[in-house]
Amino acid sequence: MIDRIAQLGRATLDMLSAVGRAGLFLLQSIVCLPSREGLYLWVRQMHFVGVMSVAIVLVSGLFIGMVLALQGFTILVDFGADEALGQMVSLSLVRELAPVVAALLFAGRAGSALTAEIGLMKATEQLTSMEMIGVDPLRRIVAPRLWAGFVSLPILTVIFAVVGIWGGYLVGVDWLGVYEGSYWSNMQDSVDFVDDVLNGMVKSLVFGLVVTWIAVFQGYDLVPTSEGISRATTRTVVYASLAVLGLDFVLTALMFGDLG
Amino acid sequence: MKRNSVLELGVGVFMLAGILGLVFLGLRVSGLGVSGPSDTYTLTANFANIGGLRPQAKVTMSGVRVGKVTDISLDPQWFDARVTMEIDDAYEGKLSGDTTAAILTSGLLGEQYIGLTVGGSPDMLEDGDVIHDTQQALVLEELIQQFVSNMAN
Amino acid sequence: MDDPVMVEVRDLHFARGATEIFRGVDLRIPLGKITAIMGPSGTGKTTLLKLIGGQLVPDRGQVLIDGQDVHQLSRRSLFRLRRRMGMLFQSGALFSDLDVFENVAFPLRVHTDLPNPMIRDIVLMKLQAVGLRGARHLMPSELSGGMARRVALARAVALDPDLVLYDEPFVGQDPISMGVLVQLIKKVNQALGLTAIIVSHDIKETLSIADYVYIIADGKVMSHGTPKTLDVNDDAHVRQFVHGEPDGPVPFHYPAPDFYEDILAPAGQFS
Repeated sequence: MIDRIAQLGRATLDMLSAVGRAGLFLLQSIVCLPSREGLYLWVRQMHFVGVMSVAIVLVSGLFIGMVLALQGFTILVDFGADEALGQMVSLSLVRELAPVVAALLFAGRAGSALTAEIGLMKATEQLTSMEMIGVDPLRRIVAPRLWAGFVSLPILTVIFAVVGIWGGYLVGVDWLGVYEGSYWSNMQDSVDFVDDVLNGMVKSLVFGLVVTWIAVFQGYDLVPTSEGISRATTRTVVYASLAVLGLDFVLTALMFGDLG
Repeated sequence: MKRNSVLELGVGVFMLAGILGLVFLGLRVSGLGVSGPSDTYTLTANFANIGGLRPQAKVTMSGVRVGKVTDISLDPQWFDARVTMEIDDAYEGKLSGDTTAAILTSGLLGEQYIGLTVGGSPDMLEDGDVIHDTQQALVLEELIQQFVSNMAN
Repeated sequence: MDDPVMVEVRDLHFARGATEIFRGVDLRIPLGKITAIMGPSGTGKTTLLKLIGGQLVPDRGQVLIDGQDVHQLSRRSLFRLRRRMGMLFQSGALFSDLDVFENVAFPLRVHTDLPNPMIRDIVLMKLQAVGLRGARHLMPSELSGGMARRVALARAVALDPDLVLYDEPFVGQDPISMGVLVQLIKKVNQALGLTAIIVSHDIKETLSIADYVYIIADGKVMSHGTPKTLDVNDDAHVRQFVHGEPDGPVPFHYPAPDFYEDILAPAGQFS
């Protein structure tokens, strides 16, 4: 029994120290002066983290928009409110689905790759050798990746939302015959730029930071063996997805819940 | 460090796509007009009950969109709802003084909006004027209540 | 030995978890010479290099490089000190996203403001010295193990350091590339007049180029001397290591209960 309690205590302490390390890690790497070199490294990471994720975001955005329109239409048509389809599709995308689904895809596509890449660098002593050359790997390796993730996820979210709304248009207007004018005007009447679009952006900024942070830290902190890398990659996807879903609830409650 | 221009171009296009997407979300989806506030004028109207009317709801005339609701507040003097609307500049000075405003519902359960109907008065509504002749929203519960009590009688 | 000292390790203690790795190690690395640190695997030779490079902090004791205590330095001065050090890692540790040329150019680019043509000249010189000038456009993944280590050597000496640390430079090499590496280390050392520390358990190769040897086992320095005086030393640890005897003070068996009892353990009591 005492053993169990001791175990619990140790686990808690381990967890706290991991959180502390992760926090220090974030501070140390994100606080760095921009330089020409750093800018170029960032552009490279934007390519790997952002541009390479566009395809998956385009495809999923399109399909989610189409499904939303299809499902929404069958529900709305019962109330004779099928012209509210634009409103339904756009609000659910902009507020909720685009930030969350894009973040989940991002965690799976870019997050796991980041963890594996940095983990492999650690396992092959590249990080140590960089330190021995006198270059701080936090600045050289970690910071550009963090910033790239932070910037790309909101962009991916916007692309997701736009493609989704277009997918809804394809199904709703071209296929199911909702009147085009009411699809757009209903949307414009109900979507507020600040309350809906910008709040969605704030969400995706937070998700971008959290997902990349988890991914990069898991890579940096892992046990440098092949088993360690595979475990850390799995942990990245699991932790990042849970963090996104949990934070989504908190942020939604703060933004749309009128708790204040 | 060797530069890769294809990669830089890709990132540039990516970021541009993000900005254009945001502009699309702003203009086309949220209906933010490029036109500033100078292109509209303001009218207010008091309603006994606005039902489910919300800011951003459209204001129409004969079904054509002419403006939108910008603000809804409680009038502390009469304890009814004061609705502020922005109407397209093109109609300034063209709506008669006895124009009526009614809160209508699109479809049976759709969203609510304001419909304006002009009267025959010679003097016209200007910026900041108040529409006096208003018709409150139909509230379904009240209708049902009325119907039930009529049946009972 | 009265040579001027480049690196001095005093009474070094280091433990990882419950295992004590060093229990009072004293080393004096003479300036401009090749010093070998040898010992059976698992004695923490790589850990020793990391302690000297300031990546790990000892529990007790000091590491002085050129009179500066490595572990008392601020992060900044430590990084400045490391510019005077090169390290060759066991795996080569080339940056996998840069080609051979850029790998060697990396230290020059981050620590100097040299114009590009000059960097090119220096890099080509270093690559010529390790015989890989023709391989400059290859990526690290396209190199064999021996070539990767030669590139890493070129990178380690790119800034003309005062001190180079070699971590197991001969491990896992075929005889040809082993010979090439031995020659290169010797040549680089003579040409640049730098101080070298080689950590290794390849006795023959290491003794052929080392000026001075330390043998570490069991967390302590067991023996030290020049390669000539070392062979006649009659310490049991040294003899076992130098002659490659399978059993001795370093036991062949991992600690275990008595073999006879273990074999005859009644069924159901296996552990």
